Amino acid sequence: MAHYLDFEKPLAEIEGKAEELRAMARTNAEMDIEAEAKALDRKAEQLLTDLYSKLSPWRKCQVARHPERPHCRDYIDALFTEYTPLAGDRNFADDNAVMGGLARFNDTPVVVIGHEKGHDTTSRIEHNFGMARPEGYRKAVRLMDMADRFGLPVVTLIDTPGAYPGKGAEERGQSEAIARSTEKCLQIKVPLVAVVTGEGGSGGAVAFATANRVAMLEHSVYSVISPEGCASILWKDGGRMKEAAEALRLTAQDLQTLGVCDRIIKEPKGGAHRDRAAAIAEVGRAIAAMLDELDGSKGAELVQARRAKFLNMGARGLAA
Amino acid sequence: MNWITNYVRPRINSIFSRREIPENLWSKCDNCGTMLFHREVSDNLNVCSSCDHHMLITPRDRFLSLFDGGVFNEIAVPEPVHDPLHFRDSKKYPDRMKTAQKTTGEKEAMLVAAGEIGRTPVICAAQDFSFMGGSMGMYVGNAIVAAAEEAVKLGRPLILFSAAGGARMQEGILSLMQMPRTTVAVQMLKEAGLPYIVVLTHPTTGGVTASYAMLGDIQIAEPNALICFAGPRVIEQTIREKLPEGFQRAEYLLEHGMLDRVIDRREMRAELITVCRMLMRLPPPTWGDLPKPGSEELAPEALDAISAAKAPHPAKPKK
Repeated sequence: MAHYLDFEKPLAEIEGKAEELRAMARTNAEMDIEAEAKALDRKAEQLLTDLYSKLSPWRKCQVARHPERPHCRDYIDALFTEYTPLAGDRNFADDNAVMGGLARFNDTPVVVIGHEKGHDTTSRIEHNFGMARPEGYRKAVRLMDMADRFGLPVVTLIDTPGAYPGKGAEERGQSEAIARSTEKCLQIKVPLVAVVTGEGGSGGAVAFATANRVAMLEHSVYSVISPEGCASILWKDGGRMKEAAEALRLTAQDLQTLGVCDRIIKEPKGGAHRDRAAAIAEVGRAIAAMLDELDGSKGAELVQARRAKFLNMGARGLAA
Repeated sequence: MNWITNYVRPRINSIFSRREIPENLWSKCDNCGTMLFHREVSDNLNVCSSCDHHMLITPRDRFLSLFDGGVFNEIAVPEPVHDPLHFRDSKKYPDRMKTAQKTTGEKEAMLVAAGEIGRTPVICAAQDFSFMGGSMGMYVGNAIVAAAEEAVKLGRPLILFSAAGGARMQEGILSLMQMPRTTVAVQMLKEAGLPYIVVLTHPTTGGVTASYAMLGDIQIAEPNALICFAGPRVIEQTIREKLPEGFQRAEYLLEHGMLDRVIDRREMRAELITVCRMLMRLPPPTWGDLPKPGSEELAPEALDAISAAKAPHPAKPKK
């Protein structure tokens, strides 16, 4: 495992020790360390289970942002066939922070749209760390429009720190672009299902997540503001993000209670990044199930249900 | 020194100091620093008479000057769940609310009213920046939905004055959910074929700009209002460069094609009457009080307007 989060340090130590022992045994054939190494493995396993069974909200944020977590590209490659990326907003540019196009999901043609963060320095810069500019949202609007005209269901994959706060983005109407994307989500007469796979960052996420069904991965988060941003506003101290993360109720579990999240997708032990294939497969099953639930609904019903869902949002709070 | 200092001056002083001068009689323009007399400020709709700077105006004061004769009916807004997240930072959220209610005398950050402007029936909603930064939580969402429903029910245009720092953090994800929620409200108006006019006032930022405040049929802003998604400080920190003069101000947005018009607050009423009447296909407005019939001052245009107003019309404004 290349990348350990700060709270995983004890785990890194144990796994490191086991690795060391095995390395020593390889050079020295007479040493019998297997029993000891296995004990360490068991200990590591136990620790991992313990750590991930009760992640604090801030730790969930860290897991949600884990660089090795599967990203949009990985989900599309594994779950969709004949993926045909479509580019551009027909106004100004193509935004690589948002990828999308035609694809088949279990042989059914769909439109898939998602934020891509990138997996190394080059690709992260190329995808602007998953922070979309107005062109990204306008591309999404264009694709949703097309899906609507041809009766294709829309699947969105959400993983963004938020919309890009840049000079050009503002000049070209970042807020208008987000508003139009949310508006389009509410208008289309085809099933719209969303999965928050990592970070659901504020308006940048809402623009794709105003869906008939919203699923969240077990350790993903979805929030009005990042814990760091919230802490710097409330306490003038961005370092108090742990408290802010608690207060914001941004975990999938809390959001399910609040009615924002419809379904929680279980992650493999130790998070999606420890077993990417299993996590991706689980997401695939969830998308299939959600599309299934909406199958057969008429266009007008879908629009009506989506509207009613969001109009009723917030009718219940968390229990005291 | 002599008898004057010893006896007279204290008495003079006491006369002056005894006179009670209310502190809010004079206020200082935040922009040019000119001292302005309170009556002058309110007559001028909180616009500085020396530099035309648009200062904050409460929804109530705005409505008083906007509606004909200052008469309007407040529309009840359904109460949301209080403190849904049990949010607390240095203070509990309900305590913050109480403080805001005490200082503003208002219940929440949005006021919705029905009334007539230039004898044009309308629904108005105005956001109150002095109430927790005008932030959009469930109440503001409810207010916008209520305003839209009322507009649809009565077949009137909705005029919305926005002013907010963004979403209300203390309501977490539920404040974010007001973005799609208020968008549904805007769609109700559009489907009913009713005008939705947004007046962006200083400041309108964040999730508010990225939802109902940018979806108007007509987008008007007050001069020099800050209108943005991400605030200038956030952007400067991200891109590490100085932003151009007037960046994200109303005039800048107008230049970049994001607004229809920038209008002085003192001309806003006339602007809204004109626009609403055209979109509602009503006859041209009659400005001011109607002169008595046969009056000598009556201009020929005004006569035309009166006869047009008298002509039968499907949506004749009710008296």
